Amino acid sequence: MDVHDRLVVGGIEFKSRLIVGSGKYKDFIETQKATEASGADVITVAVRRVNVLDRTKENLLDYINPKVYKILPNTAGCYTVQDAIRTAHLARAAGISDMVKLEVIGDEKTLFPDTAGLLEAAKILVKEGFIVLPYTNDDPVVAKRLEEIGCAAVMPLAAPIGSGLGIRNPYNIRIILETVRVPVIVDAGVGTASDATIAMELGCHGVLMNTGIAGAKDPIRMAEAMKYAVIAGRQAYLAGRIPKKLYATASSPIEGMIE
Amino acid sequence: MKIVLNGAAREVTESTTISSLLEEVGINPDRVAVEVNLQIIDRHDLKSTFFKEGDQVEVIGFVGGGIL
Repeated sequence: MDVHDRLVVGGIEFKSRLIVGSGKYKDFIETQKATEASGADVITVAVRRVNVLDRTKENLLDYINPKVYKILPNTAGCYTVQDAIRTAHLARAAGISDMVKLEVIGDEKTLFPDTAGLLEAAKILVKEGFIVLPYTNDDPVVAKRLEEIGCAAVMPLAAPIGSGLGIRNPYNIRIILETVRVPVIVDAGVGTASDATIAMELGCHGVLMNTGIAGAKDPIRMAEAMKYAVIAGRQAYLAGRIPKKLYATASSPIEGMIE
Repeated sequence: MKIVLNGAAREVTESTTISSLLEEVGINPDRVAVEVNLQIIDRHDLKSTFFKEGDQVEVIGFVGGGIL
């Protein structure tokens, strides 16, 4: 693998093109093992109230060492611009970096982003010096606007969060790739390894997933599968696939056939 | 006096600082952010910030979560 082929977002170099979430695991040990197996060095985390009543309660960061992993706080669960900004501020105050995975959710049932709110929140956070990675629709126009505002990447959904439906609109993803110059990271909807490979073969610069790994019967094994799927897709993209043809083309020479 | 800590009423004394409150509840201040009445308190001010009656205090940290 080409060691120089690294994903760089907002000046920060990622060691893997796979970014993982930290939710939905059975326990912190499983979170830790799956994260390790995924080969990812960026892990996204939610921002929530700390349990102040139970002193024995363990902390995610006891298992995911912020010195080893880059912690990407998200504004998951925020339905308003105001909440998303407040959450981003708290994350920065608690955290390690200025990166934020910005989510402004517009609908409870589909968890589709409120792109109007997203643009508004992104604008404010970019001005405040955040490295903004917005979770957005597979809409090339919105992607373009997010880039213009100064987002460090755009993260279009492949399918609804947690749905596992895969890349539902590869054509829009391709148009987004042709429209923006910042990295395009598919965020949400990946169900299995081939989905991740397809995203990478399209030319996406990275894939972010959580449920696809954590919800598998064997999350640690799936994490490893995703690691290779992302590498395979990236390599295939760089290698350049053969054109599709209707008829056969022999791969052995005709010359020297036994008569 | 009474404050509200992460949504629950709590009694603190006049000499309680944010730092001492965090210690009392067993929280490592390096991994959290503290907000009092919607204002984020700078990490360096945790030891010198006292409470006043009715303060709304939020202590937040990172938990497992990907995308909601």
